[in-house]
Amino acid sequence: MRLIQKVATWFDARLQIGSALRETMEHPVPKSTASWFYVFGSGALVIFGLQVVTGILLALLYVPSAAHAWDSLQVLNHDVTLGWFLRGLHGWGSNFMVAIVLLHMVQVFLFGAYKFPRELTWVIGIFLLLMTLGMAFTGQVLRFDQDAYWGLGIGASIASRVPVIGPFAVNLLLGGPIIAGATLSRFFAFHVFAIPALLIGLVSVHLLMVLKLGINEWPMPGRVVRRATYEKEYRELIEKDGAPFVPYAVWKDIFFAAILILCIAGCAAYFGPFGPTGRPDPTNIQAIPRPDYFFLWLYALLALLPPSLETPLLLIAPVFIIGGLLALPFVFGEGEKSWKRRPVAVISVLLIAVALGTFTHLSSYTPWSPIMDAWSSDPIPSQYLKGRHAVERQGALVFQQKQCHNCHSLGNEGGMRGPALDTVALRLTSDQLIRQVIQGGGNMPAYGKNLSPPQTTALVAFLETLKPSGQSPALNASDSLATTPAPENPPAGHP
Amino acid sequence: MTVEQNGLSRRTALMKIAIAANVLVGAFLAIPIVGYLMSPIIRGRRSGYSRWLTLGPLSQFPAGQTRLATYRYPSVDPSDGQTADTACWVRHIDGEKFQVFAINCAHLGCPVRWFPQSGLFMCPCHGGAYYEDGSRASGPPERGLFTYNHRIENGQLMIEAGPLSTPGDAALIKISKAPCA
Repeated sequence: MRLIQKVATWFDARLQIGSALRETMEHPVPKSTASWFYVFGSGALVIFGLQVVTGILLALLYVPSAAHAWDSLQVLNHDVTLGWFLRGLHGWGSNFMVAIVLLHMVQVFLFGAYKFPRELTWVIGIFLLLMTLGMAFTGQVLRFDQDAYWGLGIGASIASRVPVIGPFAVNLLLGGPIIAGATLSRFFAFHVFAIPALLIGLVSVHLLMVLKLGINEWPMPGRVVRRATYEKEYRELIEKDGAPFVPYAVWKDIFFAAILILCIAGCAAYFGPFGPTGRPDPTNIQAIPRPDYFFLWLYALLALLPPSLETPLLLIAPVFIIGGLLALPFVFGEGEKSWKRRPVAVISVLLIAVALGTFTHLSSYTPWSPIMDAWSSDPIPSQYLKGRHAVERQGALVFQQKQCHNCHSLGNEGGMRGPALDTVALRLTSDQLIRQVIQGGGNMPAYGKNLSPPQTTALVAFLETLKPSGQSPALNASDSLATTPAPENPPAGHP
Repeated sequence: MTVEQNGLSRRTALMKIAIAANVLVGAFLAIPIVGYLMSPIIRGRRSGYSRWLTLGPLSQFPAGQTRLATYRYPSVDPSDGQTADTACWVRHIDGEKFQVFAINCAHLGCPVRWFPQSGLFMCPCHGGAYYEDGSRASGPPERGLFTYNHRIENGQLMIEAGPLSTPGDAALIKISKAPCA
């Protein structure tokens, strides 16, 4: 014990950081902040540490070459002792990192922590969020598989839409004319050197500011932030109701760190690493590219936006969103901090969460995409074929063979791109069906060139049978006027 | 007093000159660094990224059919591996009439697949669909499929292979230089 003391004294005589360290650890914080709501920031820091360590370990074996990256991941997964687990830790760590950073941001927002005098801490936080997402995307690229390859294609396509400089931006992004060796190399440089260096620098400033300005106190309804008085009030609060950060508040952070690491390790062990999916072979066109979960919402948005809105929104919306986030503490730098007095803030968070959740959920079954093999793998339900005459059955064959099933479901099987056709005969008359099939419209391709008249006749005959038994089909109100009405007929258009 | 002031101001001036020298050196150094960073653009402008190459004999592409063809991108770096292999769709209309489509959807670049059954190209990402002549059929794309310049030479189908087709560089494709074969 004496020896340890001696060694410590020897070092501190030269380093002279002991007292500063002690001062930092024991700096007083408002007692109210020793809360489980205040653990997300330190949690993000802990995961960042985990990512740095696992990242370095993976870099021992990973080969950042388009020709070899995929194979080196296979080696990591299958040949290297516990390589799969390290990959799992890093991959799940990245998922947790994005989630915890977002939680941290929501907590900071709802607790009004971005208000005076912590505006700059928030601004740096926004850049840290962007860099975290940047790490997530570049990391997905380093897992150089089909998803990474086509994900880069999507990134390039988005970049190309920037007016004037778009094509040059694509060349810069890809490091050349196509997605190839130079592309992976530069994403490796970003993921391993550039962004982490920036992250470490900005995280340090972010942390320093939390220490210098003090952690945001627990917001109380009615305790309003004013630039003139806030700092004095905060000092008084700490004098009256403060406690040393270590150990008063820190034990929750330490516990949370253990829980986080345990969860990440658990996910890595149970679910294993992410991919890689198929080889990054551009000639294998059976790929169905999907982004990682934190970009799924964007994937859905890109499918659902009207085409004419897409480019403007893709290019303008990020400017407004990031600009708005950066401006937030300067516009709303004073006032109420408590979420109980900030209904707009609470509703905004809920709306954004519901929107992102909905888009993410939609991306899990992509109703906007045709199901490419429905025509050959999803049979037509037998009740739609029983008791049908030959032409109608022939129509069912046309329905399958012309791949109508890829976009239209029958009996809940098949694509969801177009409407389900189980009751189409109630909605469209035979003339309308013929028109729709031949001319398309309403986001349906025209099949006129691709169907012979007998095929069209058969298909429409089949579609006309698609209605619940006992219900009458859709009627053209003018039919009964065009043909001579028999006097005993009820008025046309009657349901 | 004055000497001290003089000394101080002389040293301040020297420091400023030294800083200016560093700024100058930095600016000089910035030129090659920026040039290096911009090389993907400069290289493309100087020599052009497009090359004519063959997709194979015409007999590989029966009239009235649309088939997948692959080629290897001509300027390959050692680290490119499989990524330099590229696919495209060749539609042989009849006689010497061909259309060669890029594999990349005009929406966001995912690989479109040809379905002879429905006569459509379909994209697996966001539901874009195109007719057999490459024109837009439905979904989010704002235009038809990208096409390659092509010609027939000694019974071979030649295409002008160029940069990755992206929705923004349609203008750039138009100004690509005439074949140099």
